[in-house]
Amino acid sequence: MTKDECKQVVLDIIADIAPDEDISNVKPDVRLRDQLQLDSMDFLDIVMELRKRHGLEVPEADYPQLASLDSCAAYLTPKFTALGK
Amino acid sequence: MNSASHYDVAIIGAGMSGLAAGIRLAHFGKRVCIFERHNAPGGLNGFYSLGGRRYDVGLHAMTNFVRPGVKGTPLGKLLRQLRIDRDEFALCEQKQSRIAFGPQGGTSLRFTNDFAVLESEVAQRFPAQIDGFRRLVGAVRAYDDVSLDAPAESARAVVRRHVTDPLLEDMLFCPVMYYGSATERDLEFGQFVIMFKALFLEGFARPFDGVRVIIRVLLEKFRAAGGERRMQCGVRALRAHAGRATALVLDDGSEVTADHVLSSIGAPETEVLISDQSKIPNPQSQFFTGALTFVETITILDCPPAALGWGEDTIVFFNDSDRFDYVRSADQVDLRSGVICIPNNFDYGPGRALPEGIFRCTCLASYDRWAHLPEETYRADKARWYAAIQRSAQRFLPPAPAGAFARATVTTDMFTPRTITRFTGHFGGAIYGSPVKHRQGRTALANVYLCGTDQGFLGIVGAMLSGISMANFHILQKG
Repeated sequence: MTKDECKQVVLDIIADIAPDEDISNVKPDVRLRDQLQLDSMDFLDIVMELRKRHGLEVPEADYPQLASLDSCAAYLTPKFTALGK
Repeated sequence: MNSASHYDVAIIGAGMSGLAAGIRLAHFGKRVCIFERHNAPGGLNGFYSLGGRRYDVGLHAMTNFVRPGVKGTPLGKLLRQLRIDRDEFALCEQKQSRIAFGPQGGTSLRFTNDFAVLESEVAQRFPAQIDGFRRLVGAVRAYDDVSLDAPAESARAVVRRHVTDPLLEDMLFCPVMYYGSATERDLEFGQFVIMFKALFLEGFARPFDGVRVIIRVLLEKFRAAGGERRMQCGVRALRAHAGRATALVLDDGSEVTADHVLSSIGAPETEVLISDQSKIPNPQSQFFTGALTFVETITILDCPPAALGWGEDTIVFFNDSDRFDYVRSADQVDLRSGVICIPNNFDYGPGRALPEGIFRCTCLASYDRWAHLPEETYRADKARWYAAIQRSAQRFLPPAPAGAFARATVTTDMFTPRTITRFTGHFGGAIYGSPVKHRQGRTALANVYLCGTDQGFLGIVGAMLSGISMANFHILQKG
């Protein structure tokens, strides 16, 4: 999985959990929280959906790694690769 | 272990909180079953059929209404967490509501889903209080009401720091308490904040077909996510070993096992399931049973209530006395204060109106004075109090032509504290549960958690968020 595909995975999840947010212009280098109205319940949902859809575990200590799309890609891409995706 | 009767999570009660928790858990792959003693879901906010009509119980209005695009409020969180599109609830907004105080409702504050209306009413009726009122609103807005570990503080004490006129203070407390307080006279400030936001800063709405629309959406989500539901199948006891629940004993005597148990039936009611019941001769008096219970009358009319000259009020909170006394009723019913609900007065859109007029009144009542009456006395008392409640409540509406209300009446019904206990299992008919809330939902057993009323988020949106938060906090976050 490429970093861009990985970003798309996260965006797809956000589109499902927060359909009232406009995600067409999310800047990859800016914290998601600063451009979308996402609270801690929503971030938990991103983690939960990653596990449900992709079998990917994000331990609580690593939640800060999901701050922006860029950091998501940097953190998640090797995990996807490790799972053979 | 028999896998057919083992669940990741067993939920006790198919009310709003149990269904919401169930949706979350099933969505994330947990094997979950909801056990409900009655044949209908909804719990404290259900509906029933009688004589071909369907009546809502509990819910007057869905509080916490915000319009599309308003984010970061409980309704938005709830819709996101349950993956519900807000159009599925098809909420219709209230027209206007009032708080009417004094023997004939001489002092009145009107409010709508636009907070500026209440603010300007306060400025007009209580010009000396408006600055304090605005400070209070600031304090309410700034308060973190979803924190699971906020310190307890008296709402009366906080409000008095800002509002010094006891009449205005009581007028603000009346709706807040009637729509959610499990404690007499005062409540914890965090609870006040939740209700103040839900009622005044957010607002009232209702689906055209009432609460059943919300229940239907929840049931459908739960089913689609793979959740199981066993109706007419209550939980009689929880077996425990070494501080953990090991099995649920069902009403029919069979047993199931679960890794986690979420109980929405109330804190004292759950304690009884856990305790050795043979040692508790009178459980209702042993625990922190709520003192506050209600009667409600429902009158079906052959015309919209507005045709009787009653205007467009959706909800009217009334009190005829010098002070508003939110306490256990000394008599069977306390006629001094109450709530009128006119479901016809939601804005259902052009040309869309409920087929019949509905006039509902709620008053404080005494559980003890209704619970043990012989059937004949019970019926006679219901008829007597029905009439007295109509007279009392109608003092706060413009006068209808003589005899018009009786002529328009098609049928009536009334529920009492006894009805509440029979259908919800809540001790003492305590709709808002125990005065002692358990924010983190913990019980004496490590894998049994509370959700719903006694966890302490109020209103139906609060109830659903309670189920969601407890499912997240105790189960989903832990993997």
